[in-house]
Amino acid sequence: MSCARNGAQAWLTQESAVSQSVRRVILVLLEVGWLLSSTLPAAHAQQEPLGAVAAKLGADDHDTLQAAIEALGARSEPAALRMLEALRDGNLRVDGSGAVLVRDGKSGAWLDALTGKPAAAAGAGLKTPLVNNALRRTLSPTIAQLQLRSTDPAVRLAAAEELAKASDDKLVPAMRAALKREIDPSVRKLLRLSLAQIDLTSPDPRHRLSAIAAMRDSGEVSFKTQLAALLEKTADGKFREPDATVRGAAGGALNSIEHQELLTRVVRDLFYGLSLGSVLLLAALGLAITFGLMRVINMAHGEMLMLGAYATYVAQLVFQKYAPAALNWYLALAVPLAFATCMLVGMLLERSVIRFLYGRPLETLLATWGISLMLIQTVRLIFGAQNVSVANPDWLSGGIEPMTGVVLPYNRLATIGFVTAVVSLLAFVLNRTRLGLSVRAITQNRAMASCMGIPTARIDMLTFGLGSGIAGLGGVALSQLGNVGPELGQLYVVDSFMVVVVGGVGKVVGSVVAALGLGEVNKLLEPFAGAVLGKILVLVFVVLFIQRRPQGLFALKGRAAEN
Amino acid sequence: MRTIEILASGALLALAFGCSQPAPAATEQPAAPTAAAPTVAPPAAEPAKADKGPIKIGILHSLSGTMAISETSLKDVALMAIEEINDKGGLLGRKLQPVVVDPASNWPLFAEKARELLTKEKVAVVFGCWTSVSRKSVLPVFEELNGLLFYPVQYEGEESSYNVFYTGAAPNQQAIPAVEYLMSKEGGGAKRFVLLGTDYVYPRTTNKILRYFLQSKGIADADIMEKYTPFGHSDYQTIVADVKKFATGKRTAVISTINGDSNVPFYKELGNQGVKAEELPVVAFSVGEEELRGIDTKPLVGQLAAWNYFMSIDNQVNKAFIAKWMAYVKKNNLPGGDKRVTNDPMEATYTGINMWAQAVAQAGTTEVDAVRQAVGGQTFNTPSGFVEEMDAKNHHLHKPVYIGEVQANGQFQIVWKTEGPIRAMPWSPYVPDSAKKVADWTYPWMCGNCTEPKVAAK
Repeated sequence: MSCARNGAQAWLTQESAVSQSVRRVILVLLEVGWLLSSTLPAAHAQQEPLGAVAAKLGADDHDTLQAAIEALGARSEPAALRMLEALRDGNLRVDGSGAVLVRDGKSGAWLDALTGKPAAAAGAGLKTPLVNNALRRTLSPTIAQLQLRSTDPAVRLAAAEELAKASDDKLVPAMRAALKREIDPSVRKLLRLSLAQIDLTSPDPRHRLSAIAAMRDSGEVSFKTQLAALLEKTADGKFREPDATVRGAAGGALNSIEHQELLTRVVRDLFYGLSLGSVLLLAALGLAITFGLMRVINMAHGEMLMLGAYATYVAQLVFQKYAPAALNWYLALAVPLAFATCMLVGMLLERSVIRFLYGRPLETLLATWGISLMLIQTVRLIFGAQNVSVANPDWLSGGIEPMTGVVLPYNRLATIGFVTAVVSLLAFVLNRTRLGLSVRAITQNRAMASCMGIPTARIDMLTFGLGSGIAGLGGVALSQLGNVGPELGQLYVVDSFMVVVVGGVGKVVGSVVAALGLGEVNKLLEPFAGAVLGKILVLVFVVLFIQRRPQGLFALKGRAAEN
Repeated sequence: MRTIEILASGALLALAFGCSQPAPAATEQPAAPTAAAPTVAPPAAEPAKADKGPIKIGILHSLSGTMAISETSLKDVALMAIEEINDKGGLLGRKLQPVVVDPASNWPLFAEKARELLTKEKVAVVFGCWTSVSRKSVLPVFEELNGLLFYPVQYEGEESSYNVFYTGAAPNQQAIPAVEYLMSKEGGGAKRFVLLGTDYVYPRTTNKILRYFLQSKGIADADIMEKYTPFGHSDYQTIVADVKKFATGKRTAVISTINGDSNVPFYKELGNQGVKAEELPVVAFSVGEEELRGIDTKPLVGQLAAWNYFMSIDNQVNKAFIAKWMAYVKKNNLPGGDKRVTNDPMEATYTGINMWAQAVAQAGTTEVDAVRQAVGGQTFNTPSGFVEEMDAKNHHLHKPVYIGEVQANGQFQIVWKTEGPIRAMPWSPYVPDSAKKVADWTYPWMCGNCTEPKVAAK
């Protein structure tokens, strides 16, 4: 019996020894496998190598492509991130054999995606995977999730921002893991915020409280609905949030966010008004000289803006052809070119037509209107009736966000800066130079100025040229904001006259105040009245204002004002 | 001083009304072919009466003014189609002679020019109009004089005329499928919608239909934002900021009926404020290949457009159509040269002319009543990749629907399409007032907007 038991025991131990050794073998195998997969470059590995996953990027159907993106997102190799980023930016090609090439963003050279080494000459049959919105919705958070491992805190911050926008439950584990190892405070804050939306439904009231606190600190409007939901009652009269403290905190956070929202709104609308005002001013500044100072009812003013915009287009073409590398700086050529072109055209008009019509406003009106039609048709014949494409340089695209919910686009900021510079230049020319002195003298009393030996004819020509040149500068700025086409000027000429008349004919400073004022009024009305009614209200306001005060905001004083 | 004020307001007035410039009165008649001896045998049916001269065809598109940008290429493609038919020997043994007039983007002038075409030129058919205002303006003229108009542009529906054949899309062939796509998982599953448009008849009517449609899909009014801007609006800062704010919390999509020119500042503003197509897709109903030609497409990549035809559709008929067009552009040295593109209304114009030609050949006459009977039920293998049929009842084409994403090269990548052509519903079933109305020009209805048959009622 005992012998039998011993035998059995021996057998048992033996069996366990066998199983142990089997287990060990398996472990070793696993270890080898793990070592293999982690140490050897994936391209050479036998099972599910990175290259095989990557080759699926060449698939035609979007489901396979999506699966490949998700599979790459789960890999830790830097090559995976490299491929996903290239895919997002359109810098990825797959060749016939399934090898993946990526284009280096800076040098433009083709690299092998797996090794990162320069690839052999990119042959024919390269395929560009087509990325659509559905794929981008998967791609962006996948990339962001991989970027959370980056050593650069700025990259991690951008990634965390991207993830906060996605708010996908699938990403929660990755975010929690990232939060644990994150040291940068601003990235931590963002990650917490993203997780707060999920923690808000946590069973632990403390978690909910801290989530609410994070939301309150962020001041994001997007949390309003979630916070408001906590304060709602369900059908049976109970609060959806059982804990009174949590409810109190949610109410407080909601108030604070709403307060923040109001502040955002005011700052935002003021900036938008300033920005619209600066556009109006740029459009009107040239007219403030030709109509304001010289009293020429210049219906061709809009076409000077248009010529300035086309000069910008030509400058862009020149750079595209001769200096494609410096294309981002074509505006440096556009500004002097626009000024010179419009000044020349302006002086030519003054000499050939307008000088014969001084003191005959009705004829001037008709003549300049005819000139405007001729200019439009000329541009149509040269450049075609279609709009032309003027691209914003990269440094003018995008914007900064100084506070939550207020985006200040670079092109608007640049417009404000540009108009400030132009106004200062104009003020300098008018007040500090000999030309300016002569212009002011002629504005006040032409006959007397002439008696004093001021060459009125020459000054008239120069002044009209200056006004047209400044209109050309306005055209450069307008080309960055909207369409460039032969009819561009028609859009702005009414607004320009409005600004100059409201500001007071004869005073440049009046145009500045009127433009900014009209811009602010328009933008403060728009949120309440809508764009269409807002514009009508502004026009009604202008009509009433001119009725009450026909001389405009800033009237000329003295004898000159009488005639 | 006072005089200057008066003159300034005079100047403003002149500008406001100046837009209605007098149109060039001259009627352009390109290359009138001398009525040469028929090169093909006359059809079996003997041509009615003493019609021996060329068949005149009216082309009523603005060649100047604001709409010239869009409408000029429709005139060009119409001339191309006519030339193609003439090269094959014409119709009924007679050549086709295009009569091109320029209504100069001036709506009342459209009516005048239409009357001129029908009474003075005695054209057999007119291909023309783009904006809904211009169509509404010529409609009474065509009905009074029993003319025949082929209208090639997508429009807001709520109309069916005995004298018009609509070769562009009705709302259920463009707007409704686009919104359904946005609501689908693939389109982003939008739960909130911004209806954004220029303030005139097409966006207002389309948005009215869309609002009813969204309500029928369970979208609350609080989740719909409707905004309009004036023509030529260029400052979209406030609107984009409002849209961004509205888009927080729920997946949102923007449906844009913003008119041509204003699209550039709108898309630029979206880009500058950091709105990406995958987060907040914008689907446009009036942005096509031709409009993208004058635009820097960078900020638009990924934004959507819904049409019944894209130049990028891959099939033999379309390839042949594009090749024909490019050859025509080159031969006639049209502006734009090899940068010219084809687009949806051009395809619709081409289809319309060919259907009319088939109907004339079948009827054996150009007489309007006979041709109208024959146009109904005509089929044509269109560049859209499908054989499209003209509905004999409601005078609208059965059309497929495509949704494309803008690509950096100004073309569209097709991301969604219908299985096949869809029948048009000019009276939207989602709008309570028009749901009851029927457009049926066959017996016993004989009516474009009735709730009961006209003939049976007697």
